[in-house]
Amino acid sequence: MNIKDRILEIVPEAQFAEQGDLTATIPAESFHALAEKLRYDEDAQFDFLLSLTGMDWGETLGVVYHLESTKYGHSIVLKTMTANRENPELPSVTDLWKTADFNEREVFDFFGIRFVNHSDMRRLYLREDWVGYPLRKDYDDSLNPLRMTNEVTEDTTDELSLDDEGNLVNKTNVLFEDKEYVVNIGPQHPATHGVLRFRTSLEGENIKKIEPYCGYIHRGIEKMNESLTYPQTLALTDRLDYLGAHQNRHAVCMCVEKAMGVEVSERVQYIRTIMDELQRIDSHLLFYSCACMDLGALTAFFYGFRDREKILDIFEATTGGRLIQNYNTIGGVQADIAPDFVKNVKEFIVYLRPILKEYHDVFTGNVITQQRFKNVGVLTREDAISFGATGGTGRASGWACDTRKRKPYAMYGKVDFKEIVYTEGDCFARYMVRMDEILESMKIIEQLIDNIPEGDYQVKMKPIIRVPEGNYFASVEGSRGEFGVFIESHGDKFPYRMKYRSTGLPLVSVVDTITRGAKIADLISIGATLDYVVPDIDR
Amino acid sequence: MEIKKPKIKSMQYEDFQDNEYLEKMVAELNAEGTNVLLGKLDDLINWGRSNSLWPLTFATSCCGIEFMALGAARYDMARFGFEVARASPRQADMIMVCGTITDRMAPVLKRLYDQMPEPKYVVAVGGCAVSGGPFKKSYHVVNGVDQIMPVDVYIPGCPPRPESFYYGMMQLQRKVKLEKFFGGVNRKEKEEK
Amino acid sequence: MFDFSIVSSWIHGLLTGFMPEGLAIFLECVVIGVCIMLMYAVLAIILIYMERKVCAFFQCRLGPNRVGKYGLMQVFADVFKMLIKEIITLKNSDRLLYNLAPYMVILASILSFACLPINKGMEIINFNIGVFFLMAASSIGVVGILLAGWSSNNKFTLIGAMRSGAQIISYELSVGLSILTMVVLTGTMSFSEIVEKQADGWNIFKGHIPALIAFIIYLIAGNAETNRGPFDLPEAESELTAGYHTEYSGMHFGFFYLAEYLNLFIVSGVAATVFLGGWMPFHVSGLDGFNAIMDFIPGFVWFFAKAFFVVFLLMWIKWTFPRLRIDQILRLEWKFLVPISMFNLLLMVLIVVFGLHF
Repeated sequence: MNIKDRILEIVPEAQFAEQGDLTATIPAESFHALAEKLRYDEDAQFDFLLSLTGMDWGETLGVVYHLESTKYGHSIVLKTMTANRENPELPSVTDLWKTADFNEREVFDFFGIRFVNHSDMRRLYLREDWVGYPLRKDYDDSLNPLRMTNEVTEDTTDELSLDDEGNLVNKTNVLFEDKEYVVNIGPQHPATHGVLRFRTSLEGENIKKIEPYCGYIHRGIEKMNESLTYPQTLALTDRLDYLGAHQNRHAVCMCVEKAMGVEVSERVQYIRTIMDELQRIDSHLLFYSCACMDLGALTAFFYGFRDREKILDIFEATTGGRLIQNYNTIGGVQADIAPDFVKNVKEFIVYLRPILKEYHDVFTGNVITQQRFKNVGVLTREDAISFGATGGTGRASGWACDTRKRKPYAMYGKVDFKEIVYTEGDCFARYMVRMDEILESMKIIEQLIDNIPEGDYQVKMKPIIRVPEGNYFASVEGSRGEFGVFIESHGDKFPYRMKYRSTGLPLVSVVDTITRGAKIADLISIGATLDYVVPDIDR
Repeated sequence: MEIKKPKIKSMQYEDFQDNEYLEKMVAELNAEGTNVLLGKLDDLINWGRSNSLWPLTFATSCCGIEFMALGAARYDMARFGFEVARASPRQADMIMVCGTITDRMAPVLKRLYDQMPEPKYVVAVGGCAVSGGPFKKSYHVVNGVDQIMPVDVYIPGCPPRPESFYYGMMQLQRKVKLEKFFGGVNRKEKEEK
Repeated sequence: MFDFSIVSSWIHGLLTGFMPEGLAIFLECVVIGVCIMLMYAVLAIILIYMERKVCAFFQCRLGPNRVGKYGLMQVFADVFKMLIKEIITLKNSDRLLYNLAPYMVILASILSFACLPINKGMEIINFNIGVFFLMAASSIGVVGILLAGWSSNNKFTLIGAMRSGAQIISYELSVGLSILTMVVLTGTMSFSEIVEKQADGWNIFKGHIPALIAFIIYLIAGNAETNRGPFDLPEAESELTAGYHTEYSGMHFGFFYLAEYLNLFIVSGVAATVFLGGWMPFHVSGLDGFNAIMDFIPGFVWFFAKAFFVVFLLMWIKWTFPRLRIDQILRLEWKFLVPISMFNLLLMVLIVVFGLHF
């Protein structure tokens, strides 16, 4: 099916971009009808909304949608806009893709665009009394000094809808009734997952409803990127999902290299792949440690960290950093690998295999663990796709979403590894997916480690990097899901807009759906196995 | 009054960097003179307090992972007695602010600090807590934790290595050892009404 | 066998020599009270140190080792610090109950502690229904916990206290039934007599199968009673900050902290007394020479060795298993442990009636 032709059939006024990824600009009035057709038509079936990005184009405000089909694999980028900067409104797509719920709130928070028929039009990241919309180009920061007063949390929210005459009408929806027993969990959690706040309505020990409040670690990275050059933006990407530091930088470098048409040497591809996989093992070991700690088996936490330290030693010898590595650059890597890198990695793999069996002995086979994990927090496959919950969570629900298999990059197309998919979708499946992925990562490394070709570790780049005009998108399989980078460039040395498709935001939006009726202790199991990192959610 | 040199096990006094700050503090404390008996009692209590500083589990971002690595088996902060990290602010002695503090988190952090019982200490860990770090220009980041609460020790780094953590903790221990406990704890902040 | 009544009767004789009997007894009571408090504090310090070192041993790391040689002074530093911390008064708490709660917990703990026989002749509270009194006294602790959770004016502490209350009250049944099994075997409820009767072999060997089952059930239920190990959901850190004692600071929190470790010791001490023979050395009937050698080691060494062994077992369990959810805890008790204990009791009765024990 030719997507371009199909779109022109439905919306004849659509315009297509000349440079960059194939992007269709759709006028706002016909957008929802087109989206619905693309979602449900037999030969289109665009059921995965990869990324929803708000944009400020000077005179117009708009949104860019990246859609993909899990059945056919084709993808398309849609754009829509409104010229009304005082009260911008666009149609909401929350009825088609559930991931739009949080993403549209984010766009409202940063740009002020209100979405019609969105049932919960509140700010997501910033305080409820914040003045203005930060990511607009004409934002004035002096309106928002540091407020030390306690935030007042509202129990009601607004919904914008069209009544019969086509006028916009404001409706109030209630989040929590007065007589509900509402408990605050967070933002100060014991130091595992970061600062996330859940307002939970309880009935005895059972959870009736959860409202997540994000933004306690929102550092405004996307706004900062608009005044940094491309190599400077790399410095901040390590600090997003710090357990996927190599993978984040890989995504950004890939996106810029794709946009500029730069080819990196094979040596660099090998090194990037091996580092990505080592980072993935590191992240999964930390996942194991923290899951055990949350469940109360503290000894396993220490075992996991002990083994993680060995990977950190390997990283430190090459990149100089334990957690923040600063390794990938545009066109290559920062420095060549250390002389005994190959030897250390091979020793480490030989060391880790029996240790994994020990982990399973200590924790997985335990009857208490099985009772706390099995049949808890079941996420169905349709929900996983609709929420966009990629990574281990999606694969545990039966959705084969591994970016390394769907859109192979670096050396992933040439190595042989299995994609681990479980179908139960409960906490135990999510846990087992990650434990099995450690074995697969070791397999990938073993295939690559002995054959690293000679070559340059950095392509010669101009001192000032300018990306040609257009929209570009690239994604990698991060430790927790599909991490994507969307760059809109106007030919400058600064990006006009640089957005990160977060791996954690869909995972947090799933929490309310899968904890209905569960107990508080189950919320802990679910949070531990969903494995989100909060700075990645908040950016 | 001779200068009291706080002793830290297995490290020399001269190996520490910031000795002038402590000597100035001692000079201020001793300006009114001190009773010999109370001085000895002070030493005993301060020995107890410096060896049993319980941190509050508080970590917002990347530095929190290094804090966890500090408690893990290789670096093992239990040797110092710090491993009892309490989750409730009412039972903690110090708060190690690990990670960036944003505008939304600032009032929450202040409330946590207020809930802690005296004597309490604040350690700003990592570039973000010291001065805003790599995110200094952001619209939503507080440029350093000392804008909202008094800080005792700054540990720079992004993230600081566990050895840097230990150096900062030992500096805090030295500071605690020199405080005069009886007759009012010498703290720089004014009483808040 | 070293008999402590030699010492106590000598002291009594000395005192009644120069003062009336009533005053002598009063003075003795005061001295004994002070001794209990001292022993309580010293044991708590030893247990806290032991926990930190044992836990470090399981986790492949060193424990405290900087404060004094081998870290022996670490707990003293903790105690000094705790003594001088500010005690925060909450704004809207129930003032009387909030201040009363830690003392109730300590009271229950000390009362139970005083029942344990440490050596021959060295029992403090000893009368013919000792076992019954111990179980009743240890139940007072629940009231302290519920008061703490309720009066703190905090939703989390309330949830934690409710969970804890439900758990402790349920598991008292299993504790009671397993001790009752041994009472059936020995035929008496007085602690000193239970220990005397184990002179020809410990109860766990005499009672074979039902005694072993009762021992295992007692360990599980006793663990749950003290809110430790796989049953520590009421104070689960990653869920409810610190459970029912979240709002306590300074010495009040110190009391809760101490009481937790002492309850652990009391549970182990009762297990050592009722199942493993208390201060009675390891005798094998028939080997008189061996028994004489065993008798040289004084009773309190035996008692503490056994109690600390059981403490080590309980710590091992705590640092290995993950936590159970509250409904799983209650299901374990009501659907599994209580029926098994009742059946076990019946089995023991049959064995005693038909004389099938050793």
